[in-house]
Amino acid sequence: MLELIWLLPTFPLLGFLSLVLTAGKLPQRVVAIIGAGSIGLVFLVAALIASQFLDSGAEQFVFTAWSWMSVGEFTPGFTFYLDGLSLVMMLIITGVGFLIHLYSTGFMLDDPSYSRFFAYMNLFVASMLMLVLADNLVLLYLGWEGVGLCSYLLIGFWYQKPANGYAARKAFVVTRVGDTSMAIGLFLLFSQLGTLNIQDMLHAADAQWAIGSNYAVLASLLLLGGAVGKSAQLPLQTWLPDAMAGPTPISALIHAATMVTAGVYLIARNQVLFELAPDIQLLVAWIGLATLLMAGFTAMTQHDIKRILAYSTISQIGYMFLGLGVGAWSAAIFHLMTHAFFKALLFLGAGTVILSLHHEHDIFKMGGKRKQLPVAFYSFVIGSLALAAFPFSSGYFSKDEILLAALALEGPGIWLWAGGVLGAFFTGLYSFRLVFVVFFGESRGHHDAQEVAGFSMATPLFILMFFSIFGGWITIPVESVFSHGEAHVEHHVSALLHGIMIVVPLLGIGVSYLFYVSKTFSVEKLMASSLAQGLHKFWFSGWGMDRLYDTLFVKPFLWLARINRNDLVDWLYALIVELTRAAHGLVVRSQTGSLHWYALSVAGGLLLLVFLGVLL
Amino acid sequence: MPQTIPIEHGLMLAGILFCLGLIGVLTRRNIVFVLMSLEVMLNASGLAFIVAASRWGHADGQIMFLMILTLAAAEVAVGLGLIIQMYRRFHTTDINVLSQMKG
Amino acid sequence: MILVLLISILFIGGLLAWVSEIFDPALPRIVALVTVIVELLVMLTLLGATDSPDPAWLASINAAWMPRFGIGFHLAADGLSVLLLLLTAFLGIIAVGSAWNEITERVGFFYFNLLWTLAGVVGVFTALDLFLFFFFWEVMLIPMYFIIAIWGHENKNYAAMKFFIFTQVSGLLMLVSILVLAYFHYEQFGFFSFDYFDLLRVNTTGPLEMLVMLGFFIAFTTKLPSMPFHSWLPDAHSQAPTPGSVILAGVLLKTGAYGLIRFAVPLFPEASMQFAPVAMTLAAISILYCAKVAFAQTDIKRLIAYTSVSHMGFVLLGVYAWNEQALQGAVMTMLAHGLSAAALFMFAGGLQHRIHTRDMTQMGGFLAKVPRMATVALFFSIAALGMPGLGNFIGEFLALLGAFQASIWATVAAALGLVLASVYSLWVIQRVFHGAYRAEVGTAQFNESQLLDFDRREMVYYGLMMLGLVWMGMYPQPFLDLSAGTLQTLLENSRQLLAAVPN
Repeated sequence: MLELIWLLPTFPLLGFLSLVLTAGKLPQRVVAIIGAGSIGLVFLVAALIASQFLDSGAEQFVFTAWSWMSVGEFTPGFTFYLDGLSLVMMLIITGVGFLIHLYSTGFMLDDPSYSRFFAYMNLFVASMLMLVLADNLVLLYLGWEGVGLCSYLLIGFWYQKPANGYAARKAFVVTRVGDTSMAIGLFLLFSQLGTLNIQDMLHAADAQWAIGSNYAVLASLLLLGGAVGKSAQLPLQTWLPDAMAGPTPISALIHAATMVTAGVYLIARNQVLFELAPDIQLLVAWIGLATLLMAGFTAMTQHDIKRILAYSTISQIGYMFLGLGVGAWSAAIFHLMTHAFFKALLFLGAGTVILSLHHEHDIFKMGGKRKQLPVAFYSFVIGSLALAAFPFSSGYFSKDEILLAALALEGPGIWLWAGGVLGAFFTGLYSFRLVFVVFFGESRGHHDAQEVAGFSMATPLFILMFFSIFGGWITIPVESVFSHGEAHVEHHVSALLHGIMIVVPLLGIGVSYLFYVSKTFSVEKLMASSLAQGLHKFWFSGWGMDRLYDTLFVKPFLWLARINRNDLVDWLYALIVELTRAAHGLVVRSQTGSLHWYALSVAGGLLLLVFLGVLL
Repeated sequence: MPQTIPIEHGLMLAGILFCLGLIGVLTRRNIVFVLMSLEVMLNASGLAFIVAASRWGHADGQIMFLMILTLAAAEVAVGLGLIIQMYRRFHTTDINVLSQMKG
Repeated sequence: MILVLLISILFIGGLLAWVSEIFDPALPRIVALVTVIVELLVMLTLLGATDSPDPAWLASINAAWMPRFGIGFHLAADGLSVLLLLLTAFLGIIAVGSAWNEITERVGFFYFNLLWTLAGVVGVFTALDLFLFFFFWEVMLIPMYFIIAIWGHENKNYAAMKFFIFTQVSGLLMLVSILVLAYFHYEQFGFFSFDYFDLLRVNTTGPLEMLVMLGFFIAFTTKLPSMPFHSWLPDAHSQAPTPGSVILAGVLLKTGAYGLIRFAVPLFPEASMQFAPVAMTLAAISILYCAKVAFAQTDIKRLIAYTSVSHMGFVLLGVYAWNEQALQGAVMTMLAHGLSAAALFMFAGGLQHRIHTRDMTQMGGFLAKVPRMATVALFFSIAALGMPGLGNFIGEFLALLGAFQASIWATVAAALGLVLASVYSLWVIQRVFHGAYRAEVGTAQFNESQLLDFDRREMVYYGLMMLGLVWMGMYPQPFLDLSAGTLQTLLENSRQLLAAVPN
């Protein structure tokens, strides 16, 4: 039964191939059945495999489909590795993936490129499964690049608009910077440890490297480079907000639930390596904290509904990084799962809003839509509650664990905790700002829009609502994976601190209520000062990172490309040609055609020879 | 022993003739005169051979002179032929005009 | 004998193709196609062949040619040669296919040149006598010159002349080196020999060694090409007709890499080792610099040409890292790039054939109009940027993996080329296929009705190349196994030679 694991990437791949080879000639209904059906089938297989695996009580299961290549000691295979961690990831990807596919069958109904969309989506699921099931880093890299490619293809799905193409390329290139760092990390690991099989590699690293040794630090730093690229963390986070140019289900699947969390998975997978480099592990926490605060601030200033969600995704992944950094490995994965539920819910809800309001993205052009868009309204309320970690929603449990782990860390722990709590305040604030502005108050446009939510679109929303509320009660079987380094201490914290953690997000929601519903506070008044305006501008632009990179990298590159379009090296050869021509011109002068001149030069030459002969 | 002309005189005469010929080649513009000057130069070198041969009492120099004579005859034949062709085509014997083969 | 057959099939086929034009102008292409298919079939028999007294070689023949100077007609094929021979024949078929409708003038002479170029390449990949090698090296050059100069585009004479001079001058340097090497052999053993195995025994530790090695190095890196000898390539490619580009990018460039692996390093192990840091640095510069120049191009063929140079940098890097992973990576890159670059040039050529321009500023939004072409271009661009699962990734990853063990900094710099590769590859897709459709915007300067999608015949060719790349990417072991024997022998030989050197 467990051997069927090879079916997992195969089904979506077959779906992809059949959709590509028929090249859009199939009727939409068939495309929907192939596209969503393949993922549904995969989810069933995954569920079966999961129950079998958990029943068997084994810690891991390895299945080799075939040996990929074998060059000297370098022998990666198409080998799948199943343990608690990849099991959780696999279920998230296929489960949430299936719901989003189902939703898309309705959402994309009017699009002429229906089959192209599902082809890319299926390819994505195949690559993502490859990523989490890989037993060696090369196969993981295959999935890693594969999801990047699909992300590129889907962000630029509506290719007629050059801005979408730009966003797609930006996403691909920025993440590729991270990927390259990761690839170099792989070279380093292989050259030092002689294997890229993850488990063997971790054992070898554990055996060969002391804690804090240079190689461990360097290797984990390079892998971290890959992780921050994929997971849109500082300093490579700039691509994610622009990636919202893609269709909304893509944002839900790729840029919220699955692909962007691949970085978290990578770090969790290589836990041993990061524990060998405590400095880098702490760096992970600080990156997470900085990112979650930065993205939180930025989310408060956006008015594109999807950009707000994008920044909130960056911020939530920041929490996961924080969790990884402080050693709360399972809590980070737990948050990854709950985040997949509620963020997919939010994005799909946003999709419903956008589709119902004729592709309107600006939240300030909506308002009072709770009657018009009831399903979307409930999705947003429940999703935002979970996002803001409202007590006993799914997000509460996971975020709580991360923050408690941060508090338990000695030294900088208290600061990390405080930052995380501050972030939670902003989370409450910006998530309910979105809810209040869109669904409360008076309507500011699209007064008579009808909600578009057929069966295929509403069902996934209801299922995700359920999991966003109750997902916190699920226990994930990752204990055995992380038992190595995780200290199983019950976090004893004072009731005061616990109270703070519960109250702060509520406070955020309250402040947001006072601003946007009761209008007790006025945004206009707040924005009156030039300082506030400057801050707003700064935050709105994502802390000016785009501009910074533009000046540092893009502009110089374009400048270099422009001035050297005709290849300086070619000038070198042109110079040789010119020199030859010049020499030719000089020699030509001596050919005057005058007989006297020739005779004189003969005589002169003779004289010279005689003279030289006499002299020497 | 009869009084002979000293070799220095003979060689000096040959040298003077040679230089005269050379000056003629370099300065004359009419190609016929250039050809004649060339003949003078050839004969000057021939004279030098003769003088040297009589000094050493050796026949080689005279043989060389015969060679030079033949050469000069051939040269004049070809040269005059070319000059006639040239004159027919360009209607001039001025070598300064005939400088098309430059560059 | 198979090897003689292989070469003569192409020579005779070429002559037949030329002659057949007298009877019917449609005949030469059929003759050429049959010739290359027969060639491929005969090559396939090489895979299990035991046509050689030496078990290390699949087939060989060694006849005296000019015994007085020790020049023999020595051909031999081992795994590495066979891989490249198969690539040559396969791309030969593709090239004939791409010429099918594009070449309409002096058809017979065209196929004659095409097949003779291939014959030269087959000779280069099998010759084990350096004089013979040089002979074939020239044989493949001259017909190629004609292909560019006669059937090329607007600036063909300049491009053909540049190609000729670069290759010829570097070839002469190699000839000098070959002669010096033969002279070394005479000094050390008392008789002349141009045979590979004899020359391998020559003790090349003298002061001249580096210079002699450089003669080979320059000849091969000009062909490869690498910085700073690459500037003939963009011109040649942009002016050559499509089949010319296919052969040039797919096969001719690989002769340079083959020369490095087979001759330059094994003949001069010590000098090569000293020179390796320079070569690897050149490779890294080549990768980055040409990727950047590629990005700036507006002529789609020039752009692809520069990316070729950039990708061949990985080969150079791999060869001079000189360990098993790196060499396998170099060979895989040669094969995979052979397919992907050939396909990209074919795509660019097909596009030019349709809309009569290579200027990408004239293009845009073609995806809706020509979806199959877009899929093909996307596939091969993705392959070229090193997407795992396709052949190019295997090659580049292995090359970098091996190179990392030899030179960390060159490898890190070369790895940055992966980022730039994504920049230019996606830029091509954006400019040609994405964005608003030019004809609708009203800025198109081409005849819209001529922009037709690939037909079935063309899709067969592209489909074959796609399958090849997927095969190489997903299950490269057969390819790796085939070249493994050769590469291990070469590594072992040079290790022994280096060990024998005092100090």
